[in-house]
Amino acid sequence: MSTFETFKGQVPSWCPGCGNFPILKTFKEVMVELGMEPHQFTVVSGIGQAAKFPHYTQCNTFNGLHGRALPVATGIRLANHTMPVIVTTGDGDCYGEGGNHLMAAMRRNINVKLFVHDNQVYGLTKGQASPTTNEGTITKNMPFGVISEQFNPLALAVALDCSFAARAYAADTAHLKEIMKAAINHKGFALVDILQPCVSFNKINTYEWYARRVYHVEADHNPEDRKAAFAKALEWGDRIPIGIIYRNNRPTFEERLPMLAGKPLAHQEFDRSKLETVIKEFS
Amino acid sequence: MDYSIKIGGEAGQGIQTIGDTLSRVFARDGYHVFTHQDYDSRIRGGHNFYQIRLADTPVIAPRDRIDILVAFDLESIVLDEQALTSSGRIIYDSSLIKEHYDKPHFLDIPFAKLAEQSGGLAIMANTVALGAVLGMLGIEPGQLFRIIADTFMKKGDAVVQANKNAAMAGYDHAVRNCTRCSFGVSATGTPKMLIGGTEALGFGALASGCKFYAAYPMTPSTGIMNYLAAHEKEFGIVVEQAEDEIAAINMALGASFGGARAMTGTSGGGFALMVEGVSLAGMTETPIVIALGQRPGPATGLPTRTEQGDLSMVLSAGHGEFPRVVFAPGTPQQAIALTNKAFDLTEKYQVPAFVIFDTFLADSQWTFGGVDENTLQYTDHRLRGEAFRNLPAYKRHALTQNGVSPLGVPGDGPHVVVTDSDEHDDAGHIAEDGATRTAMVEKRLFAKMPYLQAEISPPFFYGAPDPEIVIVGWGSLYGVMREAVDGLSRSYKIAMLHFSQLFPFPLTQEFDFLGLLDRAQHTICIEQNATGQFARLMKTETGFEFNSQVNKFDGRPFTLERLTGELNEHLRNL
Repeated sequence: MSTFETFKGQVPSWCPGCGNFPILKTFKEVMVELGMEPHQFTVVSGIGQAAKFPHYTQCNTFNGLHGRALPVATGIRLANHTMPVIVTTGDGDCYGEGGNHLMAAMRRNINVKLFVHDNQVYGLTKGQASPTTNEGTITKNMPFGVISEQFNPLALAVALDCSFAARAYAADTAHLKEIMKAAINHKGFALVDILQPCVSFNKINTYEWYARRVYHVEADHNPEDRKAAFAKALEWGDRIPIGIIYRNNRPTFEERLPMLAGKPLAHQEFDRSKLETVIKEFS
Repeated sequence: MDYSIKIGGEAGQGIQTIGDTLSRVFARDGYHVFTHQDYDSRIRGGHNFYQIRLADTPVIAPRDRIDILVAFDLESIVLDEQALTSSGRIIYDSSLIKEHYDKPHFLDIPFAKLAEQSGGLAIMANTVALGAVLGMLGIEPGQLFRIIADTFMKKGDAVVQANKNAAMAGYDHAVRNCTRCSFGVSATGTPKMLIGGTEALGFGALASGCKFYAAYPMTPSTGIMNYLAAHEKEFGIVVEQAEDEIAAINMALGASFGGARAMTGTSGGGFALMVEGVSLAGMTETPIVIALGQRPGPATGLPTRTEQGDLSMVLSAGHGEFPRVVFAPGTPQQAIALTNKAFDLTEKYQVPAFVIFDTFLADSQWTFGGVDENTLQYTDHRLRGEAFRNLPAYKRHALTQNGVSPLGVPGDGPHVVVTDSDEHDDAGHIAEDGATRTAMVEKRLFAKMPYLQAEISPPFFYGAPDPEIVIVGWGSLYGVMREAVDGLSRSYKIAMLHFSQLFPFPLTQEFDFLGLLDRAQHTICIEQNATGQFARLMKTETGFEFNSQVNKFDGRPFTLERLTGELNEHLRNL
């Protein structure tokens, strides 16, 4: 039986007050409540503050390159489709550098859980605009403000028929826990965009800023109604919905591959006896 | 006998199908066959060719001279008429190319009309041409009939019969009308197998227990993906077309981390995108085989043509310092064996392993004696199952005497498997201190190198025992060099060294190839690139400098005549 202590990792190098702390704590609680042991799941990450996450808990870990966590996670799932795989990433890592992989993962519906610590800023490189930074925000290297329109991950998810798309808020940990559990229990690719205040570099989207705006999606919101989900995904500004925005029951990528009908690839014996028939194809 | 048959025409005219079918007929009839192709980067139009050499002794290189030219377009005749041997013949259909030739070496065969007369459609003109070539050579059409039956079985008996009739019509027409044809084929040997370059690489992966292949389509590597996809169900391999090359290498690394043997393949431009992933493999010590099909660059270059221009890139690809293995097969047998060895070494030493080839090797075919399964290595170097379960403790990057840490399969044991692209400690966690950094570099790089080095075989030697002249090359130049040595050995004491295991660079303990080169009066390095990348590697690794270099970088392979001519030129001027 795992306990909270089971998931004790290295001491985080995040800034005091960072929105990553409640996400980490909630994640550990979720793993305990789901009865997981550290060796039973894998966390994949890229580069950024969120990417250090797996070192601060206990889990199989592949902390790879900037923006490339999703392809690695996809490879792990295909090698071992019995292994739960979670990606912890940030808005720069996932929505910026890794954008193409995000679209591909949604389309494949690979059974990977994607937790995006979305602080609307580049933290590790000290305050540049990320894809989710508000238009007009002035940064050191954008003295005239951000010109590009703010990226909307949930609208993209609905547009691409992503099988699970939710938003959570780092400081609302009880709600975050439910969303994390729902994502992990969902069969298919799950995006959770977690609003996360950056106390060092984002002086706009602060705890207070989010607290005034976020609200739980209405009980009557039907996440399986794609048009309603799209409307919900477009809400941003004075009121920001958190909760499950969109969900469907598309078959997973793994389910559709006949090679994965039985044991995982990693556990399938290499059968050399079949080579003889293949050699005959050359005659 | 040693004949070259060239089939030329536009893309979309079925040139490749004719070429593949004829080569298969010759191989099954027991002849030695070598084929190569040349095509534009387009699906329709342009000018493509497929060339087949058939002989009663082994042939492994392309030739310039043509004995039979099958011309489906005017350009074939314009380009290749002068390459015809004195007894050579050009067959064509004047109704198709809208031109008639009265010269004696031309034979106008109404491919389309004969196809229609045999109860088929004009589209079967190609089948008529197939029959005609066999008729000219005097090779019985039995094997062709069997291939027709296999190919068209699903389309029904009527289609099979119409194609057989078309083939027979072409055959008969050639026998009746090619009255001055003097082709004589020797009695046939035992049936032979025929294998292509990309098939050999794909088979090498299959035979090494590859379980995962991710790639983005790019000439000339796509054939490997197609080959493995055709066998994925039966062998339990997942072949995934990734969204880009960056995803391809990262997926392969993920699959490998997850416990499956994994590979990716690409060409120069795609490989440029993968380079950060190569470095990631080096840092995380994750096994991966990377097949790199070279084509002329820079940038898009000549997309469908051949070059050996990416060796320097592969040797240094990836930021930072880490060991790697680089192989460059020159024959299908080497492609199978070295892909197999790459899979073994990448897992044994946890360093990235490259198999580099080029368009010429990818698209060529050879008859061969088959595969000796006993020569194929398969040792599972991963820590899995019970062995992992029973370990009291585990650290992914544990410091060991030979630098190799146990490669645990995540989930198999009660311990976590942790790795990082950041510098890390023995447990795989991010580390910043200098002592850990130094220890890890020493482990990853220095500790492994002597063991890895010892796995590398010396270059292949062929020719005169105490040669005065030594020609040296690597990769796909094997065949043409070897045949050139055969030809030149009548005039010179000449030999060749062929390097297929390029890095770590072979040592001289087993075979003192440096002594051989030092004793020779003249050494020539032959490469299909502009600057002599292998010659540079040789100088860097051994200090040896060649007397001269022969470089070709027009995107076309060396033919036997061309290489022999260039070497003669060199040697005459000595």
